[in-house]
Amino acid sequence: MRSDSRPPLILTVGAIAGLLFLHLPILLIFLYAFTTDERTYQFPPPGLTTQWFAVAWNRADIWPPLYLSLKVAALSTVMALILGTLCAAAMARTRFFGRDQISLLIILPIALPGIITGMSLRSAFSIMDIPFSTWTILMGHATFCIVIVFNNAVARFRRLSGSIVEASMDLGANGFQTFRHVILPNLGSALLAGGMLAFALSFDEVIVTTFTAGQQSTLPIWMLNELVRPRQRPVTNVVAIVVFVTTFVPILIAYYLTRGGSETAGGGK
Amino acid sequence: MPAAVEFQNVSRHFGSVRAVDGVDLSIAEGTFFAMLGPSGSGKTTCLRLISGFEQPTGGMIRIFGQDCSDVPPNRRNVNTVFQDYALFPHMNVRDNVAYGLMVKGVDKRTRHDRAEELLALVKLEGYGGRKPGELSGGQRQRVALARALINEPRVLLLDEPLGALDLKLREAMQDELKALQQRLGITFVFVTHDQGEALSMADQVAVFSEGRIAQIGTPAEIYEKPRTRFVADFVGSSNVLSAEMAASFGAPPRPVSLRPESVRIVDDGARIRGQVIALRYLGAGTRVVVAAPGGEISVFLPKGSSVPEQGREVGLAWDDQAMHVMEQG
Repeated sequence: MRSDSRPPLILTVGAIAGLLFLHLPILLIFLYAFTTDERTYQFPPPGLTTQWFAVAWNRADIWPPLYLSLKVAALSTVMALILGTLCAAAMARTRFFGRDQISLLIILPIALPGIITGMSLRSAFSIMDIPFSTWTILMGHATFCIVIVFNNAVARFRRLSGSIVEASMDLGANGFQTFRHVILPNLGSALLAGGMLAFALSFDEVIVTTFTAGQQSTLPIWMLNELVRPRQRPVTNVVAIVVFVTTFVPILIAYYLTRGGSETAGGGK
Repeated sequence: MPAAVEFQNVSRHFGSVRAVDGVDLSIAEGTFFAMLGPSGSGKTTCLRLISGFEQPTGGMIRIFGQDCSDVPPNRRNVNTVFQDYALFPHMNVRDNVAYGLMVKGVDKRTRHDRAEELLALVKLEGYGGRKPGELSGGQRQRVALARALINEPRVLLLDEPLGALDLKLREAMQDELKALQQRLGITFVFVTHDQGEALSMADQVAVFSEGRIAQIGTPAEIYEKPRTRFVADFVGSSNVLSAEMAASFGAPPRPVSLRPESVRIVDDGARIRGQVIALRYLGAGTRVVVAAPGGEISVFLPKGSSVPEQGREVGLAWDDQAMHVMEQG
């Protein structure tokens, strides 16, 4: 329902207050990356400086977690792109006994609280005697990254007429040509969007990671540890800006890529 | 000269479902061949067997004399107009039509020129730059047709191509398709569940029922001399008189088909009398259903004749030659 009359003032004020409540803290994070005070977050900041960017750059303990986070996010995105697309193709194009149940099982990890996923993976790893490593983190992240790609791809597959693949074959195209000229162009933006969301989710994931990382720490976990220490606090804020940019930009691009379509981009989490 | 398409005892079973069950048929080159039947009768599966998207579980299919069991769809000189048109949504009309040449490696200029020629053939000049989403149903249908013709197939398969169009457009497209087929001189195999469409367009009609062919013949043969009760009923809802009734009217004691338009309502000289139980106005005339002893008989009264009231008792008459004796009930 749409009306042309102006909304009541109280609704306008309420909406603005709500948005401010949600987003002002993020601005504060940015602000404290420039404060001259390194122990407490007092307001207003006693002075402004850009020195913490240089300090952060020179802190050796930031680089391994950053590198690990990027590696995990990149690898779990690739894994999710391959497996999620294959799942989606199977679910969208064929009918078989138990299809809906399997479809639900694929989506379930995103509905489960991360703490359940984390606990169950941790006990599974210990039962199977799998030592914690980058690969165990990767497996944890893949559980929800696959869902993101799957959701995007399956929505696109459903929108595509099943017979366009047959039409392509009918007109003389072989399997590779059909994939290259018909399937990929139609799936492309959905996969790109799904991949970017998966990357962003993996990059800042904390809960599942704490259960599956062992002694390693990813960037979000490093930040969590850093916050309890009173030393060089603004460095954490600088890193927060980095995390914000690396996750927000892909999500924004994903949003623009899937806009216009009716598909579910993120699907929660 | 070998037949364009030949089926020898072809079956396609899906588990216990016999979608196509022992079909024999032969389609001569250059004919407009209709496969007519209700949904689930196996006609679309037969079409997919010709295009190669289904493999027969038994029997042999020949296209121009060549056994095509091992020939995949992309190597058959047969093209399809799909029921939902299956246009590539990300390509414009020109690229859709030129697709068949593009995958063959024909250079851009040549294939675009050829696409424009085909767009002209289906009366869509100047639409090349549009996306399929911007076209109406009838226009999409024409694009699908042009796209299927670009590889110059010797057999064109059409899967209920007019099903999604409204009545007026459908009638116009029927005439156009027929004219196109005559102009190109290639074989058209046309799947439809609309008996009027099959009768008015085709040179030969195969009526499908439960995976088998109930009858093959010219439209006139199918309509006037149905072989089975199913054909009589499906093609123009004929009256089927039981063997006993037929015998009482002087016909051989076998089921008889009697077209509603061959029956007259008379006062004197009636063969049988009965009560009018339903009247259906059809525009071009009225269908009167009469409950006669032995079964209901439908009568088609053309526009202008006097229509009896519902509930009245009427006498029915028809000529001997209007009764067509069928092979089976």
